[in-house]
Amino acid sequence: MNKKLDINKDRLIVKSNTANLITIRKFINNKAKLCGFSSNEAEDIVLAVDEACTNIIEHSYHSKPNFDIEISVSFSKSNFVITIIDYGETFKPGSFKEPNLELYRKQRRVGGLGVYLMKTLMDDVKYSSINNKYNQVLLTKKLTH
Amino acid sequence: MTEFNTSTKEIGDVNVVYLNGFLDAHTAPVLEDTFSSLVEQNKFKLVVNLKDLTYISSAGLGVFMAFIEKMRENNGDIKLTSMNEKVFNIFDLLGFPLLYEIFDNEEDAVGKFSGDK
Repeated sequence: MNKKLDINKDRLIVKSNTANLITIRKFINNKAKLCGFSSNEAEDIVLAVDEACTNIIEHSYHSKPNFDIEISVSFSKSNFVITIIDYGETFKPGSFKEPNLELYRKQRRVGGLGVYLMKTLMDDVKYSSINNKYNQVLLTKKLTH
Repeated sequence: MTEFNTSTKEIGDVNVVYLNGFLDAHTAPVLEDTFSSLVEQNKFKLVVNLKDLTYISSAGLGVFMAFIEKMRENNGDIKLTSMNEKVFNIFDLLGFPLLYEIFDNEEDAVGKFSGDK
């Protein structure tokens, strides 16, 4: 299994509205299965992308619903790579350490769990700001079978 | 078709909340409203039945985190029941089984409240 996907045909652009999360999930689920991932693996990838996009909507675009999120997927050498681009504020995701749930509960903190899920479910997660023009998240999952 | 909805049922002084569909950042406010409304009615003993919940993201998990303390401060709790394997795995990844009682079936979860008395 070493097919290549044409990135141009595998791009989804949606507005930064949480109502679009379901569209994003369907798109990713579809592409992951086309690349050969099992339903279970595809669902893990879907959740990681949902978390990344939810963070972008909340932290990069401050929950304003009319800005673009561009999602593209590529597959080569057994690596399924999802690239998510936004043009909002650059934010640094919190630490990737395992969250201390007891502390979360005491402080009544409700955010911050998503980054840990992303890191746990994917093989690699990279955040970068490109030339101060846009933000990019790269999520990578290896196909191991 | 709605992505997510909740319904509730009273069994004695316990309220069972049934979740149906996809719980994400978009639908989490629906669950917040359900929990808030129960709190307003001084109903703090909740069993949440997740049998028909097909998807949960951290935004959904956050709702449980936001309300658990409130329920426990008022001699109540949020007990979870009947979740599918996929949903359980997400709860498990984040360490929820340490903080929440999770049951295989609704009857046991409801019964635990009377057993607590």
